Amino acid sequence: MPKLVRTITWFAVAASGALAVSVIALRRGESINAMWLVVAAGCCYSLGYRFYSKFIATKVLLLDPLRATPAERLENGRDFVRTNKWVVFGHHFAAIAGPGPLVGPVLAAQFGYLPGTLWILAGAVFGGCVQDFVILLFSVRRDGKSLTEMAREEIGKVGGFIAYVSILGIIIILLGVAALIVVNALKGSPWGAFTIAMTIPIALLMGLYLRRIRPGKVLETSILGFVLVMLAIVSGQWVSQSPTWAHWFTYSATTLAIVIIVYGFAASALPVWLLLAPRDYLSTFVKLGVISLLAAGIILVRPQLHMPPLTRFIDGTGPVFAGSIFPFAFITIACGAISGFHSLISSGTTPKLIAHETETRMVGYGAMLAESMVAIMAMIAACTMQPGVYFAINSPAGVVGQAPEAAAATITRLGFPVTAANMAVLAHSVGEQTLYNRTGGAPAFAVGMAQIFARSLGGDAVLAIWYHFAIMFEALFILTVLDAGTRVGRFMLQDALGHVWKPLGRISWYPSILSTSALIVGAWGFFLWQGVKDPLGGINSLWPLFGIANQLLATVALCVATTIIIKMHRARYVMVTLLPLCILVSITFTASYHKIFDPNPRIGFLAHAKLLATQIAAAPKPAEIARLIFNDRLDAAVAGVLVCLVTLILIESLLEWSRVLSGKKEARVKEIPFVLSRFAEEEA
Amino acid sequence: MRRHLRKFCEIVAATLREIFDESAYARFLASKGLISSRAAYAEFLHETEHARARRPRCC
Repeated sequence: MPKLVRTITWFAVAASGALAVSVIALRRGESINAMWLVVAAGCCYSLGYRFYSKFIATKVLLLDPLRATPAERLENGRDFVRTNKWVVFGHHFAAIAGPGPLVGPVLAAQFGYLPGTLWILAGAVFGGCVQDFVILLFSVRRDGKSLTEMAREEIGKVGGFIAYVSILGIIIILLGVAALIVVNALKGSPWGAFTIAMTIPIALLMGLYLRRIRPGKVLETSILGFVLVMLAIVSGQWVSQSPTWAHWFTYSATTLAIVIIVYGFAASALPVWLLLAPRDYLSTFVKLGVISLLAAGIILVRPQLHMPPLTRFIDGTGPVFAGSIFPFAFITIACGAISGFHSLISSGTTPKLIAHETETRMVGYGAMLAESMVAIMAMIAACTMQPGVYFAINSPAGVVGQAPEAAAATITRLGFPVTAANMAVLAHSVGEQTLYNRTGGAPAFAVGMAQIFARSLGGDAVLAIWYHFAIMFEALFILTVLDAGTRVGRFMLQDALGHVWKPLGRISWYPSILSTSALIVGAWGFFLWQGVKDPLGGINSLWPLFGIANQLLATVALCVATTIIIKMHRARYVMVTLLPLCILVSITFTASYHKIFDPNPRIGFLAHAKLLATQIAAAPKPAEIARLIFNDRLDAAVAGVLVCLVTLILIESLLEWSRVLSGKKEARVKEIPFVLSRFAEEEA
Repeated sequence: MRRHLRKFCEIVAATLREIFDESAYARFLASKGLISSRAAYAEFLHETEHARARRPRCC
């Protein structure tokens, strides 16, 4: 294409993006079409990829197409395999895309669509994509080393230890929160509970089918599993309408929590092939399909956004969760903008598949852009609902009231009209008894997604099927994260305990498997139980804790990246990672301070504990209040410990930067020396 | 146009085969000189179990 045409095209993209962002940001008092968000995202991502990622690739990281990657040098047909870049892209995207980019934007929609959307766009282009890209490349240049190993080698032993503790901490908090979202989505819902319960025998059946009947035919088995899951969704309607069967599948939140804890333990201890692997395949199959369907649905329906750009809750008084727009909008949306967890994937399987160094740009930066687009779609799904309905679904009973009339009246008083009759009709149309107090984001997302799907295909007659399809999809996602996360946590614990007593490190020794599984499940089970018993719905305290932990891990990853860039003699471009690092430090440290010390009991853990302490004497059940006080203090301690650990790694990094920049220490990166690629000629 | 479409479909199929470990199984069979069978698949699962179990899934 001639240069002039290219220049005009990119100017047109920039102008369209600027127009779309202006419409999103400046239009007041009237609803806008969701396509403005899609256009803004498409243009920002295109510009970010074309110009910013190219700048990073050529000026900062100096990607070298002639340098052999570990997939070439160490190719063994198992872990290290040269793979087509599009295949690695799909593989990487399937690993990084989870429930986070769906749930976070839905919760952050309580501020209106504007803050979340802008953070998703800017956070991804300048933060999340950069983190994923640079960590992927640095891992490729170190034979696929993990983030913990890179932190230990480049920053120091303290850095490695802190990365390890942060990763374990985030896994535990993540699993507790994820399980709570499933509990809140399935409580009192026989249809949803039946469908999800059926996915367990379906996964076991898939495992047996794969091993005994059609060895290795995973795609075929996944399609079979998907058909069975669809049948389970359809039969769920019959179950929910049968007085006998509905009774068997109607569970309270506490019962569901116990079931999920027992399930998590079993999934960690059972052989991988029997439950974990087939469920992972099924979940990935459904995930890729649903994300494509949602994108197609939004483009076909082009829905209007009913949520205003900014709500009155930017002051921190929102019913969904307490806390003002800064910093809480930024920690509520992690995965769609910047997620520390991605650095584990970027320094895990993916670097061992990269065929050419130059492909890290497309895989690392590009896949995160795709995930960010998923977050934009979740924001659209949440904001197409009537705001009153959105708040009725997402607000806990402890804030808006237990009875439908009371909750509807409270939300209407807040400025978002909704009636108990409207909510009853909506609940009936999606096949639920009630939609009030379904905190956690998943049910609200399911309603939004079901409405978009129903308008594309089937109309209101199939709204209930689409709703339960969406619930099944989210719960399946989350339970897969639970299976995999518990097992990863178990292995991490076994690795560490093996240094204390060797047999505990043996990953096939059953006493070690059972004890470490119990420790990990017990840890996240504690957070789940705490959330279930929390009168404010649990999400108010646990989701921010998860967001803080996740972004503190991103802080660790960016510290590692900045250190390496300085040691590569590219300090003049250090702002590429230093700027997102500074922003993340300000966000996470401010959020942690508020969550620990804010005098408002709805925000600060210690203030809430203090308030409860004044009520304990007059309370009918003092033991319950004492437990809530303990939980608050523990949450405050967890946030405090995480911040202290990251402060230590920041200090250690700063010292290392200063030693290198002042010339006291030789700037030497610990990467594998250059080896000319056998494919250099074809590259040239 | 048809050529591009065919290439696109091939890449999608290859991506799905990689995501769903079918390619990994094919590589395993080729490297060991085996043909697909219950025993071969069981051996493949055993060899890859630890790597698979350590593979995190993001939030």
